[in-house]
Amino acid sequence: MEQDVNIKIIDRDGITHEILAPTDMAMNLMEVVRSYELAPEGTIGICGGMAMCASCQCYVNSTHELPEMQDDEEAMLSEAFYVKDNSRLGCQIQITPEMEGLEVELAPES
Amino acid sequence: MIKTDILIIGAGPTGLFTVFEAGLLKLKCHLIDALPQPGGQCSEIYPKKPIYDIPAYPEILAGDLTDKLLEQCKQFEPGFTLGERAETIDKQEDGTFIVTTNKGTKHQAPVVAIAGGLGSFEPRKPLIHNITDFEDKGVEYIIKDPEIYRDKKVVIAGGGDSALDWSIFLSDVASEVTLIHRRNEFRGHLDSVEKVQDLKNKGKINLITPAEVIGIVGDRKVKAIVVKQAKHIEKEFEIDCDHFVPLFGLSPKLGPIANWGLEIEKNAIVVNNALDYQTNIPGIFAIGDVNTYPGKLKLILCGFHEATLMCQAAYKIINPGKRYVLKYTTVSGIDGFDGTRKEAPKAVVKAIE
Repeated sequence: MEQDVNIKIIDRDGITHEILAPTDMAMNLMEVVRSYELAPEGTIGICGGMAMCASCQCYVNSTHELPEMQDDEEAMLSEAFYVKDNSRLGCQIQITPEMEGLEVELAPES
Repeated sequence: MIKTDILIIGAGPTGLFTVFEAGLLKLKCHLIDALPQPGGQCSEIYPKKPIYDIPAYPEILAGDLTDKLLEQCKQFEPGFTLGERAETIDKQEDGTFIVTTNKGTKHQAPVVAIAGGLGSFEPRKPLIHNITDFEDKGVEYIIKDPEIYRDKKVVIAGGGDSALDWSIFLSDVASEVTLIHRRNEFRGHLDSVEKVQDLKNKGKINLITPAEVIGIVGDRKVKAIVVKQAKHIEKEFEIDCDHFVPLFGLSPKLGPIANWGLEIEKNAIVVNNALDYQTNIPGIFAIGDVNTYPGKLKLILCGFHEATLMCQAAYKIINPGKRYVLKYTTVSGIDGFDGTRKEAPKAVVKAIE
């Protein structure tokens, strides 16, 4: 569909998935991962998307301009494990047309 | 041995509402929860966040929902085993179950309702290679008895409310408190942050930021921790201490329930949703976020519905062959196990002259 964007997601087992994500359903990256079941239920999106658990941490491998990190996301990442410079919380990245071609990798479960 | 009619594992919203629905059927409930307080995720993760899809509440804070559910089920006098995790289940010859917690508390009931959400909350352990060697030998992930820190040197790591609050509390108990966090900013109530600032200025809390604990030194018990500080020039150094308390929050794990012989799919317990939410083991039910069936939605309101149907099935197990007909609380009122009675006021009949 026209409003879908292509996203490349590497799951926690290192397998690459090229998927289509809708831009008109107010979905975030964490929800896209769940909708495709790329991580087992109960291991991602535990807090439901409130930036309060870091179970949706991912590494952004492409150079997309992402929404600026809010205080709560920054604070959560400062307490999370396996954090890298390109870490973000998937629940804080909304799927918009600008996300076309986004490449991310899911951080290990912790 | 604690004996009850329905043993509920998990004291979140679904578990608490079960107490009410069971009470209407004159069934008593006892709840086990790994957390020290009832409410599950609503109390532990997001007590101050609003929920908008509880019927008849356009908006309610998760913490307030817990309080309301406790108030609603109060007259049915639920028992609680808090701060303990349900570990094993053993079916008895008479068909009842005995559930034992990690602390050895035993509970017996003819019906077990697992309302465990995403599982029991376990502390998140920092990635320090030798940390497990020092568990209960100076490393504690949860502070249970603050007195063990009296006149000791304590290092706390973390940047949330529990790290701040315990640093403040222990500054009066321990001989030395050091708080280590990866950033200069802390995520906590403003007054806690200000209090820590004040205690730091007074020299009662030793604050090290931005820094991380990367190792533990000791022989059978904690002697010191290794800190990596990133300020200006990166450096590593040791801090002598008796205790290291990493407070990085909790994450839910299905845990021992996964070994109870229940059919598990996608980290959830498979149930019969066409009938009563019973699992593959008769007498054990799973309700709320912990279960799965075709079309399952993990919503609090769905948990309430599942709890209600489950209680009807539990009634039939506990009272075989006994007649019962659904009653409306408006018509019948509520008779509490504590002797209280709630009922609709009687209509007033009076002539108009």
